[in-house]
Amino acid sequence: MESVIALEGDGFVIIAADVSNARSIVVMKDDVDKIRVLDDHKLFAAVGDPGDVSKFFEHIQKDVKLYNMRSGITISTAAMANYTRGELARFLRRSPFQCNVVMAGYDPAPNGAGPSLYTCDYLGTLAKLKFAAEGYAQYFVLSTLDRYWKKNMSVEDGLAVIKKCIAEVQTRFVVSQRRFAIKVVSKDGVKVLEAADSTTPGKKMDAMETEAPAQTVSA
Amino acid sequence: MARRYDSRTTTFSPEGRLFQVEYAMEAIGNAGAAVGVLSTEGVVLAAEKKTASKLLDTMKRSEKMYKIDSHIMCAVAGITADANILINQARLAAQRYAFSYQEPIPVEHLLQQICDTKQTYTQFGGLRPFGVSFLFAGWDVHYGFQLYQSDPSGNYGGWKATSIGANSNAASSILKSDYKDDMKLTDALSLAIKVLTKTMDSATLSPEKLEISTVCLKDGSVVHHQLTDKELESLLNKAGVLASDKSDS
Repeated sequence: MESVIALEGDGFVIIAADVSNARSIVVMKDDVDKIRVLDDHKLFAAVGDPGDVSKFFEHIQKDVKLYNMRSGITISTAAMANYTRGELARFLRRSPFQCNVVMAGYDPAPNGAGPSLYTCDYLGTLAKLKFAAEGYAQYFVLSTLDRYWKKNMSVEDGLAVIKKCIAEVQTRFVVSQRRFAIKVVSKDGVKVLEAADSTTPGKKMDAMETEAPAQTVSA
Repeated sequence: MARRYDSRTTTFSPEGRLFQVEYAMEAIGNAGAAVGVLSTEGVVLAAEKKTASKLLDTMKRSEKMYKIDSHIMCAVAGITADANILINQARLAAQRYAFSYQEPIPVEHLLQQICDTKQTYTQFGGLRPFGVSFLFAGWDVHYGFQLYQSDPSGNYGGWKATSIGANSNAASSILKSDYKDDMKLTDALSLAIKVLTKTMDSATLSPEKLEISTVCLKDGSVVHHQLTDKELESLLNKAGVLASDKSDS
């Protein structure tokens, strides 16, 4: 019951992801940060089995770090995405990771390609896209993105489109996803627009605890 | 007892030297020279062909220059049979990298892998080390045009201009005095020819004793060009070192 929404704009990529961790029909947590920071200019968000997601992310992150240390070169987003695809495809025939991945990055000038966005499903299908959605959001927001996504949008405009998508999910999806974390990656690195553990919007779980009426014991 | 530390590559002599590695480097000193020069427009690799006889029917055009990938060339000095093993490995490494990352391998990355293999044979197995030095010329997005030299010990370094093989000391001193940072490709070519005339036995050169390759950028993609006999002839003519009698000795 997870959602990841992402789009590329003029010199940046925005990723939004819901913050819930649910098991069966029960919500366990509502401050999960699913948008992981791979390195200074790369974001990695995945939906799927939470254990698989963290293990696979750490696997890729450590490999990328090793690559950077060995070669003294920062790996490009394209190379990282293709490597990730290769690893998913390799593990698919051994012990598959059940996760669909959204990768975003910014490769600085003069050599880099600027911002780029990729998705890869657990079967190893890699796609370079201008906007993407994984998880249940896929069923709701692609039409919104088709309609409102424009080339070379500013961060503000991009964020507005992402907010429209979130509103769509919250209106139409039977499962409630009250809050989304939002991050953006650009030439300045990774910036958090909406933190996963923010207490402001939505109803926090700990708030529910305090609101519960105190039990009175009758004498 | 003097040869006690000679036979095994993995054993240090009491002075802290590895004789087999030093002998390997000595062997390269007798091989045909190869020169590399970096310019703003590309890299030049030039090598001296030590053709044994004019009866030799060379199947391939090149005996000292090898293409590793579309963006990397290498020149060899030393035992060609040893070089073939490493070149095969380098080509494999380049394609493996391209398969994993869908990107051409960074030049230094490739060199590191080859030099790791070379180093292994100075430490393990008690076999002899690879008797080859390489000049690698290439281009990548990270550092642009690059020139590297490697030796049998597994050491490597990046150079603006360097040489390996016979008379490489003499070659180095000419390169040191004549190299300039803002050289164009044509300047680099004539410098390479000047160096080769000094390192080779004869004062005049002929196209069949030379091999010259360039790695350049054309319309954003890397092109490798091996100079034809005709191009070589006109270059040598311009430098005033073209042998008048073209008959093989």
